[in-house]
Amino acid sequence: MNCVLTPDNILYDTLLFRVIYEWVGGVLPCGLSYAVSGIAIMMLLVNGVLLGAGLFSWVERRLIGRFHNRIGPNRWGPFGALQPLADLVKLIFKEDLTPRGADRILFSIVPVAMLAPVVLVMAVVPFAKDTALANLNVGVLYILAVTSITSVAVFMAGWASDNRYALFGASRGVAVLISYEVPVVCSLLGVVLVAGSMSLDDVVSAQTVPFLLVQPMAFFVFFAGTSAELNRTPFDLAEAESELIAGFHIEYSGVKFALIQAAEFGAVLTSSAVMVTLFLSGWSGPLSNYLGWAWFLIKIGVLAFVFSWVRASFPRLRIDQLLAFAWKFLLPLSIINLFATAVQVYFFRDSTGMLDTADLWIMAAINFGVALGCLLIFGTLIKEKVRPAGPLTGATFSTGEAD
Amino acid sequence: MPIQTEPMTVNIGPQHPSTHGVFRLRVTFDGEEILEVEPIFGYLHRGTEKLAESRNYTHIVTLTDRLDYVSSMINNQAYCLAVEELLGVEVPQRAKYLRTLTAELQRVASHLMGLGFFLQDLGTLGTPLMYSFRLRERILDLFEMLCGARITLSYSRPGGVFFDAPDDFWPALDQFLKDFETDYQEIEQLILENEIVMVRTRGVSVLPLDVAINASVSGPILRASGLDWDWRKMAPYDAYDRMEFDVPVATGGDNYDRFWVRMQEIHQSIRIVKQCIEQIEPGPTRAEVPLILRPPVGAEAYGRVEASKGELGFYLVSDGGISPYRCKVRSPSLINLTVTEHILVGWKLSDMIVTLGSLDINMGEVDR
Repeated sequence: MNCVLTPDNILYDTLLFRVIYEWVGGVLPCGLSYAVSGIAIMMLLVNGVLLGAGLFSWVERRLIGRFHNRIGPNRWGPFGALQPLADLVKLIFKEDLTPRGADRILFSIVPVAMLAPVVLVMAVVPFAKDTALANLNVGVLYILAVTSITSVAVFMAGWASDNRYALFGASRGVAVLISYEVPVVCSLLGVVLVAGSMSLDDVVSAQTVPFLLVQPMAFFVFFAGTSAELNRTPFDLAEAESELIAGFHIEYSGVKFALIQAAEFGAVLTSSAVMVTLFLSGWSGPLSNYLGWAWFLIKIGVLAFVFSWVRASFPRLRIDQLLAFAWKFLLPLSIINLFATAVQVYFFRDSTGMLDTADLWIMAAINFGVALGCLLIFGTLIKEKVRPAGPLTGATFSTGEAD
Repeated sequence: MPIQTEPMTVNIGPQHPSTHGVFRLRVTFDGEEILEVEPIFGYLHRGTEKLAESRNYTHIVTLTDRLDYVSSMINNQAYCLAVEELLGVEVPQRAKYLRTLTAELQRVASHLMGLGFFLQDLGTLGTPLMYSFRLRERILDLFEMLCGARITLSYSRPGGVFFDAPDDFWPALDQFLKDFETDYQEIEQLILENEIVMVRTRGVSVLPLDVAINASVSGPILRASGLDWDWRKMAPYDAYDRMEFDVPVATGGDNYDRFWVRMQEIHQSIRIVKQCIEQIEPGPTRAEVPLILRPPVGAEAYGRVEASKGELGFYLVSDGGISPYRCKVRSPSLINLTVTEHILVGWKLSDMIVTLGSLDINMGEVDR
């Protein structure tokens, strides 16, 4: 039997799937080999994300160790690289506690609900040429829809735990997630306008100039919004170690805790992957027909490093300041960006509605000007709150001459 | 239909990462806003004052180490000043300088720890904390050279200090002061002009001067509220009358001012240390005192120093025996903690944690 995928199949574009399918199809009936290769590629993806999350947890701990003038985990494996494995074994053997007053079903669903969107997002991200698991024509919309499951999971955790700290964390988490969803969506609209498509493959191929340059404000808004949705400093209010100890997942232990941690570290990687695809021209680079995956991983690594760097450097904002930052700063910024982009696209596009490289460079220059202007305006608005650095009402040095 | 809400009471502590020891706050929240605060302490009570009544005067020095365990040197000094006043002993010059020098180094160490944990409470992931601990470790190394201990020092003894500084102490101190400039500048650059620190701390949890005075608050917290009040200037003890230094005084009384006063005091402490190195002369380091001290019957003395947290006092009454009839500790942390309710109500949960950090309490001293 020789099974061949026809171009009208949704998975036709996925090179890896086609290869597995045609290879397995030599042995098994076509319908069965379709299912087998589907499961195989799913296992690859899920385990890849989990392995990446484990690896990133070690990388981040080493990095933060260096930022702290410490060494970081270095005992188990070369440079401590097996530390995530040791953590996992330890957590598996710990007792899996459920509080007496907890809503048992909801409590148990949470770790899965946290981890699922992380894996699902990766389904539409192209790792290299023709390697997206599913080349959806509404990829951007799909990502936005899937990532908002997290807010439900956070609230479920807070509600089901029967713990007041968890409830604090959950209410904060939901407030943050809902507020930051709006500017994030608005910032992505600019990208979609320039690319002319919602399919991530098309977004990558449209980036003859990385959208980081064409859409600097959108990138900034998206980065800040994603940090907030990932619960990372300076927006880590839902966990807020010094205030709420662990926030919404305070009651979780054992494997459930391990899954929640994996979801958090994995979310950094998947968000980086989405950002790489949308703003850093995805897998493209020199020799990208062969080394696309390498470019993709390198770019993810750079962004993940920036995430760790930010995490090690900044104090946390207060909840009202955090929401004000979303509604008064990021939202206007993303709307200005959307408006400016729409006007530019209207004037620069050719008869087929596409933009060529020269147009993108001009747009990059204009958008950097707009970004600078916005920064100046917003900077002056908040200037009196933060400058001059020093006591608000003045201070002196007394020489203490007795009177 | 209006949304039905009700206040929520939460116990912050006794096991909580930001209560600086075993301390509990029973807080009633309306959403995130604080309606009521009730500080509850006593979890670390060890009966230091009662224990002192059954130990001789030299042994009590070790009990004072365990009061504010991040500034033992200053506690020892305060207690020894009280005993010396009871006995009427004159301390040799070199011992006075050594005490001044070590007390100022200890103040730097204590303030560094306070700053580190203050920023930890603000939500940094330990970076400023690690930076300040790097410097604090150096100071503890110096103390180890002096007396073999790092935390519970017992360096000051009635009549002077335990031992003279070893020869290699002075080059190590010089090296520390040299490195201090750059390392401390790094901390200042990292945090002093950070916008998030500004918006989180300026104008938050203001302690008005009249409340501070009525509550008998002392130390950096009082100076941040606008009163120039420093016992090192007003009633100089040991070698402070020969030192030139300024007292930083802020007027706002908010979290940032308390934090700023401590940052500036570190600079002044280093100034004092440098003057001590210049002025110190060889000589004996301990007055001739008997092994077992017996102050006269009915003698009373109050030893008072400006500790890192505020005014630390030891009130001793003698009945002529080998141990005091009564030993009362006036601990600054306990008294500074009494204003919490006044400055916390109306602020948010996050502010509460930061305000506790800015008060820089130490539970060893609060519960005694």
